[in-house]
Amino acid sequence: MSGAPAKSLVSGASGKPAPPNRPLVRRVLIATTVAFLTLFIVIPVVNVFAQAFSKGIDAYVSVFQAPSQPKDAQLSLVERRKLTAARGQAEKTWSSIRLTIGIAAVVVPLNIVFGLAAAWSVTKFRFGGRSLLIALIDLPFSVSPVIAGLIFVLLLGRNGVFGDWATHVTWPDPFSLHWRGFAEDWWPLEFTQSYTGIIFTPFAIVLASIFVTFPFVARSLISLMETQGSDEEVAALSLGASGWRTFWKITLPNVKWALLYGVILSTARAFGEFGAVSVVSGHIDSNDTMPLRIEKLWNEYNNQAAFSVASLLALLAVVTLIVQLIVERQTGKDEMRHTEGEGIP
Amino acid sequence: MTNFNSIDLVYINKHLLPPSFQKTESARVNDNLKVSFPTGGSAAFAAGIPALHGRLIVQRFRNLDRRSLFVGMRFLCLSLSFLLASLPAMSADVKILNVSYDPTRELYTEINDLFADHYKSRTGVNVTFEQSHGGSSKQARSVIDGLKADVVTLGAGWDITAIERSGLIKPGWQEKLPYNSSPYTSTVGFLVRKGNPKNIKDWNDLTRPDVQVIVPNPKTGAAARWAFLALWGATAKAKTHDLSSLAGLKESQAAARSAKDFPIYQNAEARATIEKFYNNNVPVLDTGARGATVTFAQKQLGDVLLNWENELWLALDEFGKDKFDIVYPSSSILGEPPVAVVDEVVDKKGTRDVAEAYLKYLYTPEAQEVVAQLHYRPRDVETLKKYSADLPPIPLFTIDETFGGWEKAQAAFFAEGALFDQIYRPAK
Repeated sequence: MSGAPAKSLVSGASGKPAPPNRPLVRRVLIATTVAFLTLFIVIPVVNVFAQAFSKGIDAYVSVFQAPSQPKDAQLSLVERRKLTAARGQAEKTWSSIRLTIGIAAVVVPLNIVFGLAAAWSVTKFRFGGRSLLIALIDLPFSVSPVIAGLIFVLLLGRNGVFGDWATHVTWPDPFSLHWRGFAEDWWPLEFTQSYTGIIFTPFAIVLASIFVTFPFVARSLISLMETQGSDEEVAALSLGASGWRTFWKITLPNVKWALLYGVILSTARAFGEFGAVSVVSGHIDSNDTMPLRIEKLWNEYNNQAAFSVASLLALLAVVTLIVQLIVERQTGKDEMRHTEGEGIP
Repeated sequence: MTNFNSIDLVYINKHLLPPSFQKTESARVNDNLKVSFPTGGSAAFAAGIPALHGRLIVQRFRNLDRRSLFVGMRFLCLSLSFLLASLPAMSADVKILNVSYDPTRELYTEINDLFADHYKSRTGVNVTFEQSHGGSSKQARSVIDGLKADVVTLGAGWDITAIERSGLIKPGWQEKLPYNSSPYTSTVGFLVRKGNPKNIKDWNDLTRPDVQVIVPNPKTGAAARWAFLALWGATAKAKTHDLSSLAGLKESQAAARSAKDFPIYQNAEARATIEKFYNNNVPVLDTGARGATVTFAQKQLGDVLLNWENELWLALDEFGKDKFDIVYPSSSILGEPPVAVVDEVVDKKGTRDVAEAYLKYLYTPEAQEVVAQLHYRPRDVETLKKYSADLPPIPLFTIDETFGGWEKAQAAFFAEGALFDQIYRPAK
């Protein structure tokens, strides 16, 4: 009964009151943490919003929706030029938001599949090279994102290893799929856009994003599945459940909160990744994700617009934080239940 | 190739142009451009696949009911849609990617709109543009790595030469368009804090011990290389011309053609000045023109910014004329940012006609007007005169006459282990 001492240890730890007679140490530690967080998190985030709204709410809105041209007014050349420029800017900002969401929509599901497969294989089975595999999963954490981007340039660029194939391959833009109707052909769907080549297209951005985000789901699952062990799966299999059934009824429900946690982290990273994406984007405007767009606006001296787009990302961070809190609480409950469950023979 | 439309381009400074540009050039645009759809083989292939699939499926599922057949047909549709998708998209639009250097974003945004209207009215073809901006050398690097640029409009000839060496651009690009393939120019000037507190007037003030200069790194930025050459040339008292007049233009072109040897490379005073300048007066080397402007204007570092004339004007426009003054030195270099069609890309995409028409359009009076409004120096003497309040005529020397062109200057100054590497000691 290995569960019993563990249980008493857990309840003992949580039942014990805070260490007595050291209020000074406690206060200093709390003060240090709060000061640190204020300096590095709270102030910058507040500043992002302050800068974004520094020219008023109208200016903030106009970053995303350019003012329409007044119908009767006679505009001077300069005014007309400004209006056209503002419209172009808003369009590019929207395109960056669309692309960022699109990239995350492709990358995160792939991460879920990969993360589950990786975590399942390294925690439920013992095999040679297992620790090497775990180390490889962690690799993107230790590789600089710029290097990650360059890896793909060196592989898929014109002079790269797969250069010949990768610069000539043509693939359809999935977002251009539209309903054509039956008038022309009996098949009603069609792609209107296609890309040639991989590097410096959204495809490369997807690849780079996968590279930098794939450890998140796998990591958050591995630690939980490691502690859970494979007893329940073995029980299910011995009672005659199929592999799929075991997965859907046992494994997935056990890890669902950890999985959600990993999904949130990798979504946040996919939205916010700059270095790797910057290298493979080729600086083309239509390849801008939100972080790249922010940099461009900043370099155009358009600080307020840059901070406005940044505020969207900051907002996402706040949402992530809230969901994360909820999920962490749920994961805690899961683990608690699990530990308690182990005590029952 | 039956229907030809033609675009008439009215050239500036006509009588100065080489003979091939003297006559009104007409760029041919053929109708095939509008719809790029392969005929023959692949279409037959596309038709054949479903027929074959259909028969196989019918054979295999003969005994199954109609619903299963329907499922099979749906699968077939899916495979067909992927097949269709792998063919080039059908559209009447031509998309052009212009890969350019940092400061030109505003310039090309405007010119692109003008050209799109112009081209549409002449040929009926819709041209849409994609822009990519970054440090000049970095952009050249991306094109070499496979960024599919139809045209490159970079900061210095050397960067296009680098692309030429990779085989993407055919040799001789610089002779295909007038004026060294540079439709507009700029020069290197000074931006100082309002009222010029350090009294910076000319090149020799930059090496004073009390003056801190913000300038980008000549190893990575085009503007920085022009600044380096300007300081070297001005110190060595290079021969200048008045390029705001036709006579001066003609004189400098002739001088560049006849220049044979370049004693300026051996000028000891210039070398000493450069060495002193980069080691004592430059606190930080930014990678590009825009980065240097941000360092000077937003981070408030340094007493004087050395940069493209158009960057200096942009800083005035963005931060207010009450913060900075532009100072023109007694002489400077004619900065020539060249343009070129990327042959391999346009031939593959079938966009050569549009790309060539686009670059030629940069030489038209309309485009030259926009060039001047955004503080670049137009090649057209009339337009330059019109904007002479903002773009004062100062004596300029050219890289071809003074340094014998980019190839020589790059090898002597900026290549790995060349002069700049020898004199610059950053960690002191």
